[in-house]
Amino acid sequence: MTGTVAGEEQQQMITGEQVFADTIERDQRVEPRDWMPEAYRKTMIRQIAQHAHSEIIGMQPEGEWITRAPSLRRKAILLAKVQDEAGHGLYLYSAAETLGADRGDLTRRLIEGRQKYSSIFNYPTLTFADVGVIGWLVDGAAICNQVPLCRSSYGPYARAMIRICKEESFHQRQGYELLITMMGGTAAQREMAQDAVNRWWWPSLMMFGPPDADSPNSAQSMAWKIKRHSNDELRQRFVDMSVPQAEALGVTLPDPRLRWNDDRAHYDFGTPDFAELTRVISGAGPCNDERIARRRSADEDGAWVREAAAAHAARRQEAGA
Amino acid sequence: MTDEIKHEWPLFEVFVRAKRGLNHVHVGSLRAADHEMALHHARDLYTRRNEGVSIWVVRSDDVAASGPDRKDAFFAPSGDKVYRHPTYYSIPDSVPHI
Repeated sequence: MTGTVAGEEQQQMITGEQVFADTIERDQRVEPRDWMPEAYRKTMIRQIAQHAHSEIIGMQPEGEWITRAPSLRRKAILLAKVQDEAGHGLYLYSAAETLGADRGDLTRRLIEGRQKYSSIFNYPTLTFADVGVIGWLVDGAAICNQVPLCRSSYGPYARAMIRICKEESFHQRQGYELLITMMGGTAAQREMAQDAVNRWWWPSLMMFGPPDADSPNSAQSMAWKIKRHSNDELRQRFVDMSVPQAEALGVTLPDPRLRWNDDRAHYDFGTPDFAELTRVISGAGPCNDERIARRRSADEDGAWVREAAAAHAARRQEAGA
Repeated sequence: MTDEIKHEWPLFEVFVRAKRGLNHVHVGSLRAADHEMALHHARDLYTRRNEGVSIWVVRSDDVAASGPDRKDAFFAPSGDKVYRHPTYYSIPDSVPHI
């Protein structure tokens, strides 16, 4: 009896494995209730959760400037942008839940430091120019990373990415426009913009992750078509896009090795300090503790609201039944 | 532990009608304490840029779905009935409007 059941299960798994392999091979999407290898499920949950956490933590560096934005227009824009980041986080938690993850549990993992988020949000936003540079460079780098993810093999993730990419375009343009305005201002304002570029350029390049040679999970993710381009390819694409944008803006990028290479038809550029990336990811960046503490207090301070809403809903249901 | 789970809001699936004349289409899910809150959250989360004129929310628990393991039982029978398609029938080219 048990032998038969085990046999059937094995049969089912073999069929599932074939269907999964075919789906990937034919460039179709894997959907939530399909059979998938455990490692694929785990990788997907880890990647989507990290991405969701990045969006949620990403509200903080810019959120700090909402009260200090210099005009009502800038305040409204920044509010809308930070609200979008919250929305992006929630689209992604929604995608993670289709894989059997639970968003409350994911939040706990973030707060307890068991899951990571993008290193970039561990840098401080010192001036209002940082808001512009984050829109232009950080969101620009995110777009480079995310556009190919719209074709990622996991359906709900790819669909979430399509929505996110549409909205990121507003993020990048508002940042660039903010910088155009600053660069057309006083010498002090231009200096402020340049200083922000100097501080954010290298961390932005690090957003693409370690060099291909040191990126152990990449090969499997490429084979599963979760990822479509290597870290170094995307980094190059970002540099090529950013240089003419910097020129149009009138700022310089802080890399003495940056120059056009006619043979490669790409810009050559210096190597980011990947030791710094490792340090920041492992918790020793300038703002890691602050970001997590803020997320933890938001969770704890909001607990009574969630409980009260649940109690209210339960009472209403009782009354209605 | 059980106390913690009790306070966890249930999951809702969200469907949005992009404009009049179109069907509601599934756009994602969210957590909310009840249907009314789910509608408000859906408005904030999925229609920040005029994406819709109407929203449905459904408790995820209430969705019955055909699983991929029953795909053949459900959908294979329609595969071999070519006579259900108009192109199955050959009509002379000279016949107009058909």
